[in-house]
Amino acid sequence: MSITSNETRRVTVNNPHGLHLRPAGMVAKLCRKFESQIEISKGNLRVDARDVLAIVTLFAEKGSELELHVSGTDAITAISELAELISSEFSDELPGNDQL
Amino acid sequence: MKFSDFVTIDAIQADLSANDKENVIRELVGNLVGAKRINSKDADSIVEAIMKREELGSTGIGRGIAVPHTKHPSVSQLTGTVGVSQGGVDFQSLDGEPVQLFFLLVSPPDRPGDHLRALENISRQLRDDMFCKFLKQSKTADEVKILLEEADNNQFVS
Repeated sequence: MSITSNETRRVTVNNPHGLHLRPAGMVAKLCRKFESQIEISKGNLRVDARDVLAIVTLFAEKGSELELHVSGTDAITAISELAELISSEFSDELPGNDQL
Repeated sequence: MKFSDFVTIDAIQADLSANDKENVIRELVGNLVGAKRINSKDADSIVEAIMKREELGSTGIGRGIAVPHTKHPSVSQLTGTVGVSQGGVDFQSLDGEPVQLFFLLVSPPDRPGDHLRALENISRQLRDDMFCKFLKQSKTADEVKILLEEADNNQFVS
């Protein structure tokens, strides 16, 4: 029997360009791997993390604090992988790659 | 940020004729050249940069919407345009659906914040189903222009 859990974690955006389209797409893609319900909030705005458009509406610049809310049977793995991705500089945005 | 801060009204086109990714980008960039927001000598290099960005992952974000974009040193401020394709264009979108609505953005290399603000505005407004539907139904540039103005006046999103 699988156990449902509710997880919450606070993360800071570290990508110098913030969560623009490509990082948002990577976040949405990662979240679609999990069966858990995953939401991200910034201030009063809370959105579905599988929806690229919704993530971009958070206007999450570098340094923004986001809260992750994950609920489901794979919540612990999901929140851990999501927190790692959002707090990273996103792998394809290393110096030398200037694409937005 | 509002649409009026970055959309070049004279470059809006509601009846795009191109039916593949590169040519639709070329048509949109050509409209910015026609509106004198981009020099014709820079057009090829901008199209090439946008296509290079598309190779990293399609900017077709689903719901029939794409936001092709790039940074380019030839612009000193965020410059954009809107295009509507009545028939839709295969853009290798996330949801596999053809794209009807295009928001093309060219930003100066040193202004990532403006790019993010424009994206936030486009995404927030397009989450309203009515706005999205009306834009796709637009038959003339004037109709698109009026819808963008209404969106800027918060007539679609509270």
